[in-house]
Amino acid sequence: MSAPPQAASQTPAMWPMYRAMVGVGLLCGVLIVGVFLTTRPVIERNRAEALERAIFRVLPEARTRRSFQRSAAGNFEPAAAGGNAGFVVHAGYDEAGALIGFAVEAQGMGYQDLIHVLYGYDFARSAVIGMEVLESRETPGLGDKIETDPAFVANFELLDVALGAGGEVAHPIEAVKPGEKEHPWQVDGISGATISSQAIARILRDSTSQWVPILYRQLDDFREAR
Amino acid sequence: MALPPSQDAPSPMDEFSKGLWRENPVFVQVLGMCPALAVSNTAANALAMGLATLFVLTLSNAVISSLRHFIPKQVRIATYILVIATFVTVVDYAIQAVSLDLHKALGAFISLIVVNCLILGRAEAFASKQPIGVAVLDGLGMGTGFTLALFSIGAVREILGNGTLFGIALFHESFQPWIVMILPSGGFFTLAGWLIVFSWLQEWRERRRRENAVQSPVVEVTR
Repeated sequence: MSAPPQAASQTPAMWPMYRAMVGVGLLCGVLIVGVFLTTRPVIERNRAEALERAIFRVLPEARTRRSFQRSAAGNFEPAAAGGNAGFVVHAGYDEAGALIGFAVEAQGMGYQDLIHVLYGYDFARSAVIGMEVLESRETPGLGDKIETDPAFVANFELLDVALGAGGEVAHPIEAVKPGEKEHPWQVDGISGATISSQAIARILRDSTSQWVPILYRQLDDFREAR
Repeated sequence: MALPPSQDAPSPMDEFSKGLWRENPVFVQVLGMCPALAVSNTAANALAMGLATLFVLTLSNAVISSLRHFIPKQVRIATYILVIATFVTVVDYAIQAVSLDLHKALGAFISLIVVNCLILGRAEAFASKQPIGVAVLDGLGMGTGFTLALFSIGAVREILGNGTLFGIALFHESFQPWIVMILPSGGFFTLAGWLIVFSWLQEWRERRRRENAVQSPVVEVTR
């Protein structure tokens, strides 16, 4: 004869388990929300300051800048404070107030996660003249060389993005193996950070191919607003 | 009736110092190997990761110890993870508020503190059975031991792999960096080296202690 079932007497009481899980969960939730609300203004200010510094690093000859947002009609209008919906471009002006270039934010998939970059485009030279990684989760020591490797960063000091006769980018940016760069629109990769360096080249290629022709066509929006 | 504390009970200093040497989390318990190998490619990354872990370990120990009579054993692991993940989120926001550059350097690894088995191990094996004061001392000691161990590995890897320490060049320009040291395999080599050194030092101390113990009775007899 089999032994009588003892399951009923061994079933743990459910109430203490719910009480512990829900109680601790509530406390943790309150703590996280409290810390988030407390730190959010500081974090947003840090991000705005970091973006401001980055804009002047990728457009070193600019003395003032103004942000523009693309409207539904396709025109560029001065961006309202705190309004970041849609495509935003930062126009840079010299001492005389003349438009010299744009700082454009772009993002794409890297090795670990999305990479968020800012690049500067100079009209006089028809080239990208600076690139800065705003946010990335690439592997420290390997993937993060896209920010620290001097040879890689040098790719973006004068990266040709001139327009061709048809008004499109003549030679889209192209990633090549380390040391194999032959043309001014090519980006030398990094050994040990191949995927991350190719991702940067791809992000810039996609963004410049899409936006540089549009920005050229609508230069008056930025000059008039100035 | 409460029993008087045993004379063999460890002192608060013992609770703190055991994590530094005798029960060092990395070199003796071999816990938390993922961050120890992955984040220790530079001294600065290793130090920052160690300090973030120290913060999470100490606070999670404190909370888990104070709630130890409230948490049923069936849901203890889930509850501990909840507490640990909360403090990791707090650290993440705090680092973003203090310095975006530091957050950029550590970003990928801050979230990984949640799955550091050192933290869950101390919660399960120690904090859930001890009063809050002792649990906090344990967290501080283990966290400091973890930080020192990560720094030891990170410093060696950065010096040999980059020729720098905290970004400051240490060698002549002709120095050829050992690239392998900042690659993942370099983490294993360095950890193995430190484990050998640590085991040898512990064995040497133990041998000296035994020799001293053998000599003492002789002194008693001659009296």
